Parts: sequence; structure tokens; C-alpha cells
Amino acid sequence: MTGLRVTTRGDRELLLTRRFEAPRQLVYDALTTPDLLVRWYGARGWNLVGCTVDLRVGGRYRFESRGPGGERMAQGGVYREVASPDRLVYTEVFDDQSYAGETLISTELTESAGRTTMTSTLRLPSPDARDIVLRYPMERGAGEGFDRLAAVLAELIRTGRNVL
Amino acid sequence: MTVDQLDATFAALADPTRRAIIARLAAGEATVTELAEPFAISQPAVSKHLTVLERAGLVSRRRDAQRRPCRLEPLPLKAATDWLERYRDYWEESYQRLDDVLAELKSVQSVRRDQR
Repeated sequence: MTGLRVTTRGDRELLLTRRFEAPRQLVYDALTTPDLLVRWYGARGWNLVGCTVDLRVGGRYRFESRGPGGERMAQGGVYREVASPDRLVYTEVFDDQSYAGETLISTELTESAGRTTMTSTLRLPSPDARDIVLRYPMERGAGEGFDRLAAVLAELIRTGRNVL
Repeated sequence: MTVDQLDATFAALADPTRRAIIARLAAGEATVTELAEPFAISQPAVSKHLTVLERAGLVSRRRDAQRRPCRLEPLPLKAATDWLERYRDYWEESYQRLDDVLAELKSVQSVRRDQR
């Protein structure tokens, strides 16, 4: 079993490669079926709590996630190429994204001896956006935790309550 | 490491000649002349690439009598690969869950086949 491989290409692309012990039709289904997506999709600590998919060229998808501290985030986009079982291309924009533009994600599935290699190319809208995305899952959790703490402290100060 | 520094590192690494220069310097110090040797480009062109690498903090040059050998500064490079590594770790967990989902789909499929 080979784990996920992440590399950069050019000034705004990320390449994700991973092998799965399953035929590519199953992998394709798992990438495009809401009932299956909610069971696996999400970086560490993040889970899908809402998932809609309109799987056709021009159709939209929307993922809503909950983070380790109960934070919410959502992303969505439009399918550009839907070619089961070997190719899926779609755009991605987060609701509260801090960079302009959308990411184009192209996923290729190749099968050999019952195993599937998935190669996803994430083309970010700018080099800055790629840097932000690389930091995203880590900084998001910590950042939002501190935002909530700051809000609680502000409230305590406003009401003049003694914290201890 | 700030976003700007990370950006500078990745921008510097986006060029294949600069990546080759980094790979060469990983093996030890070298002068511009030595660095230009394996490439089909002029010394001034190599110097230009070196300036980009220097500005990104990936390469430094020191005076050594008449030579000005270049050396690799490993820290920014390490910081950049650390970010990739962390990103990888965060997403690998998702794909491990996908492994489990796929294993289940496979077994359901084979049960259905057996029942036919």
C-alpha cells in the first residue's frame, strides 16, 4: 500500500497521487456518490455533514464540513468533465476563501491488476493561493479556536464578569 | 515561515534549471562555472537563476580568494517540504477511510456475484 504523495508542479499546481486496492469504477463511485463521500472525505478532524452532487457537466456539488472543534466550512463548484470511470474535472471554491478565484481539480484514475492509481491535479488560481491551501487545514483549526477564545474574552470584558 | 517566504521558495523551485542547480548544490559547494557546465546555457543565465535562488534564501555565496562558491541553504527548502508533508498527513487520513469504504464495496460486490 503506497500512501498519499503530494508534490508541486509549476507555480500554482499541487499533484496528489494515491493507490487504492480496488477497481477504478469503485473509486470513481466513492468520489462522486454522496452516501459514500460522507464516509471518507475530509482532512484530519474534518467530516462531511452535508453533501449534494449533481453529476453531469455543468452540474454543481456542495460539501459542508464540520471541524474538530465544531467549526463549519463549506465548498462547492461545477463539474467540467464527467467521464466514468477514468476522469473527473471540477472547480472548487470555499465559502469563506481568503484568496480570489477558483481551483480546478482534475482527477485521473488508471487501473492495473485490480488496483487503481488516482492522480489529482489541483490548479490553484495563484501561487499565493497554493501557499495558503498548503497551510489551510493546520491554520484553520488553530485560527478559529483563537477567534472563539477572543470572542469569549471580549464578551467577559464587556459584561465585566470575573473570569475566575 | 511567512506566506511570502514560502511563496518565494516555491517560485524559485518552479523552474527546472533552478531545481537542477539545487540538486547539484545538495552534493556540495560549486562555483558558477562548475554549475553552468552540465547545462546548455551561458554563465550569465546561470547567474540569473542563482540570483533568484539567493533572493529566496535557498542559496548563499561566500568569498573564498578568487572563487565565489555557492552553497545550499537547507532551511527554507526544509520548511517548504515540511508544509507539503503536513498537508499530506492531513489528507492521508481521508484516503485511509476511503480504503475502508472501498474494501467494503469490494466485498459487497463479490457477495452479490456469488449470489448470482
